[in-house]
Amino acid sequence: MPEGTFCNRRPVNTEEDLKSLLGDKGGAQYYKEMAELEVDVEALKATLQKTLQSRTKTWLEICAHCGMCADSCFLYRVNDRDPKQVPAYKIQSTLGEIVRKKGEVDTAFMMRTMEVAWSQCTCCNRCGMYCPHGIDMGVMFSYLRGLLFSQGFVPWELKIGSGMHRVYGAQMDVTTEDWVETCEWMAEEQQEEWPGLEIPVDKEDADTMYVLNAREPKHYPEDLAEAAILFHLAGENWTVPSEGWEQTSLTMFAGDWAGCKMQVERVYAAVDKLRPKRVVGTECGHAHRATVIEGPYWAGLPSGQTPVPFLHYVEWVSEALTTGKLKIDPEKRIKEPVTLQDSCNYVRNHGLAKHTRIIMSYIAEDFHEMAPNREHNYCCGGGGGFNGIGRYRHQRNVALKTKRDQILATGCKLVVAPCHNCWDAIRDLEEEYEIGIRWSFLKPLLISMVIVPEHLKPQEEDE
Amino acid sequence: MYAFLTGPMLWVALLVFFGGLAARVVWYVRGLSWQLDRVAYGPHLAHGLKGGIHSALKWMLPFGTQSWREQPYFAVAFFLFHIGAVLVPLFLAGHNIILAERFGFSLPVLPMGIADALTVAAIIGLVMIALRRIALTEVRILTTAYDWFILAVSAAPFVTGFVARLHVGNYDAWLLAHIITGELLLIVAPFTKLSHIVLFFMSRGQLGMDYAIKRGGYSRGAAFPW
Ligand code: HEM
Ligand code: SF4
Ligand code: SF4
Ligand code: SF4
Repeated sequence: MPEGTFCNRRPVNTEEDLKSLLGDKGGAQYYKEMAELEVDVEALKATLQKTLQSRTKTWLEICAHCGMCADSCFLYRVNDRDPKQVPAYKIQSTLGEIVRKKGEVDTAFMMRTMEVAWSQCTCCNRCGMYCPHGIDMGVMFSYLRGLLFSQGFVPWELKIGSGMHRVYGAQMDVTTEDWVETCEWMAEEQQEEWPGLEIPVDKEDADTMYVLNAREPKHYPEDLAEAAILFHLAGENWTVPSEGWEQTSLTMFAGDWAGCKMQVERVYAAVDKLRPKRVVGTECGHAHRATVIEGPYWAGLPSGQTPVPFLHYVEWVSEALTTGKLKIDPEKRIKEPVTLQDSCNYVRNHGLAKHTRIIMSYIAEDFHEMAPNREHNYCCGGGGGFNGIGRYRHQRNVALKTKRDQILATGCKLVVAPCHNCWDAIRDLEEEYEIGIRWSFLKPLLISMVIVPEHLKPQEEDE
Repeated sequence: MYAFLTGPMLWVALLVFFGGLAARVVWYVRGLSWQLDRVAYGPHLAHGLKGGIHSALKWMLPFGTQSWREQPYFAVAFFLFHIGAVLVPLFLAGHNIILAERFGFSLPVLPMGIADALTVAAIIGLVMIALRRIALTEVRILTTAYDWFILAVSAAPFVTGFVARLHVGNYDAWLLAHIITGELLLIVAPFTKLSHIVLFFMSRGQLGMDYAIKRGGYSRGAAFPW
């Protein structure tokens, strides 16, 4: 039973393997090997036996085949209502088939299933809201991804993503040294404009520990600087951990459950070590999902709760605005029509819609909701790893049309997108469809309009 | 024949139905796993149940959810059928006479006119559901012979019972057909997707608990905006 050098059932655990996998540009060799990768039927059977319990079995069995879920799925709507995109069809023809055949499936089937699992579902969970039986296909697709990952049928980029977390403890090759240096560099750079500004690393017993997305230190270090400025202005007693600062989890998109556990335990270990009163995470949807919503379960915490309260950035901002820790200059509020992207991961799946509305009421004069919105909002089009998979780029670009049309319908030219994935998707949709919009995280907007308290203003140099 | 079907056979059918469905509920609940489902049912039981009950009730209310409102044709068909399918068998005068005779108790009964109307509504609902299955591509792609079998098994007792009630054709033959198809429905229910008669409450309850306990219930409240 052949396993490839790149495409195999083993996750990537060493820097060397990771580098050679990265060297296989676009996964050319990887996908060739996949076409030869045999299914380990015994292992698949055993996994089903252990992990397929009454909830999922019942979902698969009682599905009325009524098709009520069809219209709820943005991928169905945006692909000319192709019946092959009906959520129930997608899951029945993949996971349903694996279960009915008790794992006796072949390589060609698994490759097709991989395509459905990563290019026809973003795990946005919207369909589950529209099914009369409460059948959540997003949850089942996530489970299916786990089965596929364990058998080696996972898109190249996500095998790498999972490997990154396993090797570096972050979704990108940012080492502890790189990270700590970035903190020092950003603090130094800002000190002139913001005297007294610090990015305290590993401070014990702080009120707030901040965790973020590795893309920030790697590609947008100014995002970290902005977070620091806002904490500074709000008078927050805060810190970042030198280890366990990465909040995201490409392992979750990949279905690498063991990797998910490793990743989230790093963050929880930092909490244990530094004993902050609470943790605030950056403007990222899936990172919040991974550390706050699913994380406690991967880490085996029976309460289902994080070890200390864990806030999404929008919760922190809404609190800072309502308590007056951050004050907005009324003159500088956004005057133009502006709309807001509801991230599935923390809005549908964590109930934070009211916080972003509070924020908008402080910062915007002419706020327009998308339709539908809040819990019912559509995925940006790039969720669940879709944004990052080259093989499915075309499908992803088609998927972006949903958000494009939602934004166009608001008439706004500015979109607030407090989620990395959503932000990327909106950037890509502008690039692809050129509808003339701008998009932004909250941090730069807030900095442009927040009132700086007298004592924090740079001293006039009196020479 | 009639005596056997409304005697021992009725016993068997009812036992299979209630015993089978009870077993499905027990099996469902025992198969829930906080770690695999990633929902901490135990520590948040009361809050979770609030969400679970809300989730089931909202969906039993005609046009009670966004999904029902967006699909009015199907919502009408669904409720026309299900209201009759649940109420008529339980509260039909004829059924309760048998109940009283065989088991010594009976339920309140529906006035004849209302029972007739509910039966007709149920049959209309089923026809609408069947038409939709044929007409819509997104439903056609999901439809298998099994779905038609379930529809037929569900329709048969209502159609035969109603024909018997109207006394067209051979009354005894239609009555017999009604009893046989009714008992068939009772017997197959626990083993087919008709088990949704109870599993609907389990599955809806579970998703309601999932949202209440883990997916935002402590921020937005136990009731999810279905
Ligand atoms: C309180 C009891 C019941 C509840 C809550 C319930 C709920 C449901 C739900 C939520 C569906 C899925 C909707 C759909 O997509 O069709 C459904 C479908 C169905 N139910 Fe029920 N049901 C109940 C009792 C029954 C009974 C007693 C029967 C049969 C006599 C029945 C027969 C059917 C059939 C045939 C379908 C499939 C319709 C189709 O082909 O699309 N149900 N039910
Ligand atoms: S809405 Fe639910 S029951 Fe109907 S086909 Fe979709 S998953 Fe199945
Ligand atoms: S989870 Fe979202 S993308 Fe996946 S099938 Fe359901 S609605 Fe479609
Ligand atoms: S990227 Fe944003 S909108 Fe898209 S699935 Fe993730 S959270 Fe949802």
